[in-house]
Amino acid sequence: MKREPVLRVVGKLLTPYMLVFALYVQFHGDFGPGGGFQAGVIAAASIIFYALIFGLPAARRLVPDAVVETMVALGAFLYLTVGFAGLALGGNYLDYFVLDRDPVAGQHRGIFWVELGVLITVAGVMLKIFYLFAGRRRED
Amino acid sequence: MMAVTVIAIILQRNLFSVVVLAGVYSFLMATVLVALDAVDVAMTEASVGAGISAVLLLGALYLCGGEEAKPMARPWLPLAVTLVILAALVYGTLGLPAFSDPLSPIHTHVVPRYLLQGPVETGVPNVVTAVLASYRGYDTLGETMVVFTAGIGVIALLRRVRRGKGDKT
Amino acid sequence: MSAFASHYTYWITALLMAAGLYTMIASGNLVKKLIGLSIFQTSVYLLYIAPGKLIGGTAPIVSEAFKVYSNPLPHVLILTAIVVGIATLALGLAIVVRVREAYGSIEEDEIVAADAGRGEGT
Repeated sequence: MKREPVLRVVGKLLTPYMLVFALYVQFHGDFGPGGGFQAGVIAAASIIFYALIFGLPAARRLVPDAVVETMVALGAFLYLTVGFAGLALGGNYLDYFVLDRDPVAGQHRGIFWVELGVLITVAGVMLKIFYLFAGRRRED
Repeated sequence: MMAVTVIAIILQRNLFSVVVLAGVYSFLMATVLVALDAVDVAMTEASVGAGISAVLLLGALYLCGGEEAKPMARPWLPLAVTLVILAALVYGTLGLPAFSDPLSPIHTHVVPRYLLQGPVETGVPNVVTAVLASYRGYDTLGETMVVFTAGIGVIALLRRVRRGKGDKT
Repeated sequence: MSAFASHYTYWITALLMAAGLYTMIASGNLVKKLIGLSIFQTSVYLLYIAPGKLIGGTAPIVSEAFKVYSNPLPHVLILTAIVVGIATLALGLAIVVRVREAYGSIEEDEIVAADAGRGEGT
């Protein structure tokens, strides 16, 4: 598929926009529909789109296996750490209002980091599952 | 329209068309969800159901051989069971509150507090995000763990074989 | 007649649920079973979200211009449910791929017959 000029050009043009859209959905989850899960899925879909056009090895060069596997664990770890930060600063586990002097700003911070953790894990898992399914050779 | 799609899914035997119809079904579901004012859910359902789900199904079909599914020889027992369950469900739904009833219990317990206090306490106008990340943060933690576990499970299942049929462990 | 208009969404949900259940039970093909499972799950989402809708309301994003909002609580629960559903689908498909590699087919009766054959052989 990577020989078709139309697909090549469109693929190279669209992939960064899709990633930016994923970040937009992530950060505007506070003011409109969106949030961590949708953004993670859209980010993974943009890399899958790239892999469909340019082939799996090209996508593997772009986002190597080690990076994806780290992302899978890092997001969950981030979420847990935010919870422990709440614990360390005097509140209960996963309390956000202790994270800053102003409780509402603390909520903003907590929600920001938590959604970021969700984004990283969801994008990593979706992409890793795609790599595993697409990289397996068919046995007949 | 969704009922038509679902019936088509049941009757179709070519697996590729079943996957495409499942994607169509997901998009129709997302449209219905927007009509029901569930915009966050519709975005998630559209991206997950018609995007990732379809990709994974096609990948699995490629690995498994996407020929025809065999028709069931004697579908009478499953059909009977399904019709009995359908009747029980319809009977059960007669006791549910009418569509868009403002006094039904779903609207009067804790939700007014979320809607009124949510933007004030968390500073986030999207009440769904506020509830998901702040008021019910534990549930989202559990959900992230579920996604993490699914990723690890698929890695454990599909990690090994790249070539040859040597190792089946 | 008014029962029809007010409960119509529930009946559609019940129909979709029954269709998903039938696909799960009556298909011999493992992939089609999984698709039936996902249809069943989507009908459950509809079951939760439909009662939350208020006619004349809007999406639950608080702003000055709107006074009536649809219920956000089912949205939260169903968001989690969708993600869990796709996790289940991914794991199920991975198992189906492994089954295919071990037995050579994804039709249920062929797999059961192969198991019965192997049971007698060993």
